[in-house]
Amino acid sequence: MNSQLRERVRDFLADHDPRAMERVDFLRARYDAGLAWVHFPVGHGGLGLEQALQPDVDRLFREAGAPDNRPGVNPIGLGMAAPTILAFGSDAQKDRFLRPLWTGEEVWCQLFSEPGAGSDLANVATRAVRDGDEWVVNGQKVWTSGAHNARFAILLARTDSSLPKHFGMTYFLCDMTDPGVDVRPLRQITGEAEFNEVFLTDVRIPDGQRLGDVGEGWKVANATLNNERISIGKSADRESGMLGVVASTWRERPDLRTPDLHDRLLRLWVDAEVARLTGTRLRQKLAQGQPGPEGSTMKLGFARIAQQLSGLEVELLGEKGLHYSDWTMVRPGHVDFNGRDAGYRYLRAKGNSIEGGTSEILRNIVAERVLGLPGEHRVDKNIPWKESAK
Amino acid sequence: MSDLDLLYSDIEEDLRGSVRDLLEDRCDSDAVTRMYDGDRTVVESLWKSLTELGLAGLLVPEDRDGQGASAREAAVVLEELGRAAAPVPFLTSSVVATTLLLEGDSDLLAPLATGERTAALLVPWSLAPDAEIPAVSIDDDRLSGTVSTVAGALEADLFLVPVAAGSGLSVYAVEAHEASIVPLVSLDMTRQLADVTVDAAPGEVVVADAEQAVRRALDAGAALLASEQAGVARWCLDTTVAYVKDRKQFGRPVGGFQALKHRLADLYAGVESAAAAARYAAATLAQADPDAPVGASTAQAFNGDVAVLAAEEAVQLHAGIGMTWEHPAHLYLKRAKADQIALGTPGRHRARLAGLVGLPG
Repeated sequence: MNSQLRERVRDFLADHDPRAMERVDFLRARYDAGLAWVHFPVGHGGLGLEQALQPDVDRLFREAGAPDNRPGVNPIGLGMAAPTILAFGSDAQKDRFLRPLWTGEEVWCQLFSEPGAGSDLANVATRAVRDGDEWVVNGQKVWTSGAHNARFAILLARTDSSLPKHFGMTYFLCDMTDPGVDVRPLRQITGEAEFNEVFLTDVRIPDGQRLGDVGEGWKVANATLNNERISIGKSADRESGMLGVVASTWRERPDLRTPDLHDRLLRLWVDAEVARLTGTRLRQKLAQGQPGPEGSTMKLGFARIAQQLSGLEVELLGEKGLHYSDWTMVRPGHVDFNGRDAGYRYLRAKGNSIEGGTSEILRNIVAERVLGLPGEHRVDKNIPWKESAK
Repeated sequence: MSDLDLLYSDIEEDLRGSVRDLLEDRCDSDAVTRMYDGDRTVVESLWKSLTELGLAGLLVPEDRDGQGASAREAAVVLEELGRAAAPVPFLTSSVVATTLLLEGDSDLLAPLATGERTAALLVPWSLAPDAEIPAVSIDDDRLSGTVSTVAGALEADLFLVPVAAGSGLSVYAVEAHEASIVPLVSLDMTRQLADVTVDAAPGEVVVADAEQAVRRALDAGAALLASEQAGVARWCLDTTVAYVKDRKQFGRPVGGFQALKHRLADLYAGVESAAAAARYAAATLAQADPDAPVGASTAQAFNGDVAVLAAEEAVQLHAGIGMTWEHPAHLYLKRAKADQIALGTPGRHRARLAGLVGLPG
């Protein structure tokens, strides 16, 4: 870390005692000092530096006992909305939205997927119709995590159905407290409702909350999704994550061991360890400025290994594997794939190969963009959206 | 432990470039295929050219006539040798035998490093680093016994022979002409095996109290075999992807069918992972990291199967042409399947890992 930046953090902490200030005031001041996300531009919480410097800045703040912005509560805001607003937003939008987003005063969610637009996201049917300086939005969104805690949403809607699917969409920033926004819990196979359905009925969004040009929604949405897929994860220790959970059960319970489970556990140990090394190698490539397309394969491996390990764990537990902690419907504040009990982990891991791009779609992406194999037939690509089969 | 560099330095890439150029020039697949019909003429000239690049001495310090490089560079060479299914005794002589001789101060090492002579450790090629090491007997300083399925024996001038000495093990050097060598019809004729018998043969001790030294040599072999397997798998993937883009049925390239695309996407993930596993095994070996045995066995447990899968997919996705003698895919299938057994099967290495990482059965 460069000494100038370290000095800057020290000076800031000397002027702002985290123990003597209100949490929000401290976070706002940190943002205004450009120490929120140093790779963002000056004036928007950053200093225009390399993103690689951020972990060290965060560490210095942590060591000083400063409060953080609780990133786990606002993953969509920090990971997806913020970089998209930075890339496509007007100055007024950046000024209005980025600071309360970073401090966590305003949590964000994502209104992209719909019942008829899952893997085929460009098929969104939610309509936005212009009415003076406003847009009137009607439609149904689904799989919206955190919508019940969110103040704002990034929203993809169709503004011209006479154009082919990719060209008739526009990207908006939607106030979740507006009249006509109805958030309903969507209960999952785990029993809880981590996600929501969001019904939009005559929701009026000011044109000032449009991000990018009219008809440019697909391009803007792709910038958002690229940020989702870039999150390869941090450098991990051996036996971290799901493997660590299963390995400790194995070590603590010799009575549960069988030769079959042993062989499967060792296979998964090797798979998880090699996946860890593959991730390390990928990060080293990125650090050297060789952005490798291998990134798309990491999620494929992660999902498969998590599913197999969590399935193995339920079997390993035998009689206790027949239990489940709690089927009560709750709306959790945040999600821990490795949390609760073995049954929950097993069921929740089923989502790992669906959320953020199904494993089938990811295989298409690897085959086409990495290996250069021919693309799928797209019968609806060049016809007006309203004429394609629904 | 994951801060080791898993990429390639510029020097390593340069080395790769020269080895690849040489192999493209001197190791054509027709000549390699002819080895299955008994014509081994490709071996000698190819090996001579590789030793002229200094490759035989990569692991040997400069003051013992070597190049003073490390396992990282040797691994890059093996990736390329795997990619060409090259029939040379690099792994058996320049890695396994050389690693063993590095433990002592024998003068026999220098001629190996220069490529003047070639050596082989006299153990079955399937022997895992943690397995019981078969030893020949000694009587009146004369060695007697038979070791089966030895790799590198046909190319060797010198054998390094584990000998039962009291309760321990010593390694003796025996000139190849003192032994009787019976070539075997092998699954992989590009690394043809042999049964070797010594009958009251003279030898000299090169490493005394050698059990751990032999295990370390086998472990080095296992760690770097993973790079050969990564190279085999890479060739199979690249060749198959190129073929399915070109081959048309039902009026379009067969690579456009999702059944094939998804298999190749999974194979790509496997090949990239195998490269990472091999790199970690080489990097830990290069700096004598305490994690090196875990790195070696993890890479063997993973890469052995990936190379076989890649070769099997290559045959299946080439379909008819993949079943022919004419197409080189079978060279890689046979090499991959033999490599899977060499220096311990994946299952054997998983069992070893159970002990190394504390997950007992």
